[in-house]
Amino acid sequence: MNKENLKAVSVLFTIILLTPLITSLLDVNFYLTQLTMSIYYAIVSIGLCMLMGYAGQISMGQAAFFSIGGYTTAVLTTINLIEYKGSFLINLLMKLRVLVLDKNVYDNDVLFFSPWVTFFFAIVFALIISFVIGIPVLKLKGHYLAMATMGFGIIIYKIVKGTKILGQADGISAVPLFKILPFLSIDGDISNRIENFYFAGFILLLGLIILINLINSRVGRALRSLHGSEEASNSMGINTSKYKLYVFMLGAVFASIGGFFLTHYNGGIGPSEAGVMKSVRYVAIVAVGGMANIWGTLIFGILLNFLSLRGVFGSLDDAVFGAILILVMIFAPDGLIKKRFLDALIVKCKIIIKKIQLKLNKEGN
Amino acid sequence: MPLIEVKNLSRYFGGLHAVDNVSFNVEKGIIKAIIGPNGAGKTTLFNLISGTINVTSGKVFYKDHIITGLKPYQIAKKGIVRTFQNLKLNQHMSVLENVMIGRHIRSKAGFISGMLNLPNTWNEEKKIREYSMKMLDVVSMADKKDITVANLPFGQQRAVELARALACEPEVLLLDEPASGLNIYETKELSELIKKLKTWGLTILIVEHDMSLVMDISDDVVVLNYGEKIAEGQPDKIQKNKKVIKIYLGDDDA
Repeated sequence: MNKENLKAVSVLFTIILLTPLITSLLDVNFYLTQLTMSIYYAIVSIGLCMLMGYAGQISMGQAAFFSIGGYTTAVLTTINLIEYKGSFLINLLMKLRVLVLDKNVYDNDVLFFSPWVTFFFAIVFALIISFVIGIPVLKLKGHYLAMATMGFGIIIYKIVKGTKILGQADGISAVPLFKILPFLSIDGDISNRIENFYFAGFILLLGLIILINLINSRVGRALRSLHGSEEASNSMGINTSKYKLYVFMLGAVFASIGGFFLTHYNGGIGPSEAGVMKSVRYVAIVAVGGMANIWGTLIFGILLNFLSLRGVFGSLDDAVFGAILILVMIFAPDGLIKKRFLDALIVKCKIIIKKIQLKLNKEGN
Repeated sequence: MPLIEVKNLSRYFGGLHAVDNVSFNVEKGIIKAIIGPNGAGKTTLFNLISGTINVTSGKVFYKDHIITGLKPYQIAKKGIVRTFQNLKLNQHMSVLENVMIGRHIRSKAGFISGMLNLPNTWNEEKKIREYSMKMLDVVSMADKKDITVANLPFGQQRAVELARALACEPEVLLLDEPASGLNIYETKELSELIKKLKTWGLTILIVEHDMSLVMDISDDVVVLNYGEKIAEGQPDKIQKNKKVIKIYLGDDDA
């Protein structure tokens, strides 16, 4: 990691560290809940940013992978295998801690998959599905790729909405908490708010560092080259179809992880998470952030999701994100955060400060 | 044994015979030029050899192995690397980064080691950087390594593309009109550079319009017209070839 990125990561680390302090000073501690959720959504976006911004491939099916992660854990942790208790296989799985025994709100025994195991499943399912979908779909380019991934997103949405075990239109609720450490469990309980915020921040930093490393590695160079010209990259010995597939799978895993944690945090998941408008939202965030700009994606991913979750956009939520996407494409195809723009801003600030200094000096004289 | 053997290669675009039954050999260590008027099928021939487009019929052998039907990246891995007539660099990356892409096939850090920035990749990255700088030095662009490619004039972008191809450590270099868009001084430098590359033992196949450059550097010339090979031989003989003079200058009695 180079110096610039190291600095940025440490700034982000400090911000995450200080946020609970700031919210408690401002007496808006309830913001932390939405911030935690925004961070999980931002993880989905930075995965997509890798695919869109760096490898130059579009995916309008990112929400599908989010819901794959979320629904995988939701189904497996709400399933009750208590009636099979006593059979050899179940006993073995219990001994291996794959299954856990607990009591539900009615004080009945429930036997379900441990979230540790479902976390693993969420990643594996995302990998398998993105692999199977990616091979045919990534042969397409531009609009056709967008259409095909969107079609995939719609199919997943319809499956989620129509399958009984997935809760149909109601989704799945009463997803148990995910106890990671004795003092840390992923759930929406108010008493765990700060711990959960820190944990989300930790996951975000981890994902971010991994992606920054990747961008600056040999593979990252190959991906950026692929964005520039697929033909030239191919002629330089880069197996472009392989790299496109891998980065598509990487994005899917990020989405799945985001979906997994958010489902445990919210204690449930609904079919709207798989909707096409959610995918549009992720694409809009990457576009506003400046496509090949993981920091821009991160900032807008947290900001826009936070505003949306706070209900600032009201019932026009989806319309706002659609409008953002259209406006960015027309007026700022390179995104809102540009280094050039920031540099100019810094220079301007410096000039203003100098002017003020001069004025003060004059007055002093 | 010739290094590259092109045998009865054809490519039709519908009714257009872009390359029609062309055969020739390229011996190791020589500079071979492919010339011909506009639309003669030179670039198509290049695309066929480098695997960018599929052949209609015919075969290309490299070191006695068939390479037709292989993907471009597989052909590049075998040691045949090309440049493009209308430069294909990543405009948003720096000069050095572009050249470093050329080291891709000579290094092997994968997704996982890249994501985790494992220590074993550090040494590899350092070597990639060093070799790329060496290649930039060869094309005298080392001092511009941090400039974004989009900000360079055309001639220097050409040099970067050449450095990128050299970074692949190719055995055969396919240069597609390397002098187009260059002024006479730059063309002169280019011809010196190509001669220098020949002394490295590189085999060079070059498509070019600039006759002075072709006659200056090449050991052997293939002339194409309407997709067909009409002459092949040493430059001085090609210059006297009636058929070649006819396609370039027209009939005497016209």
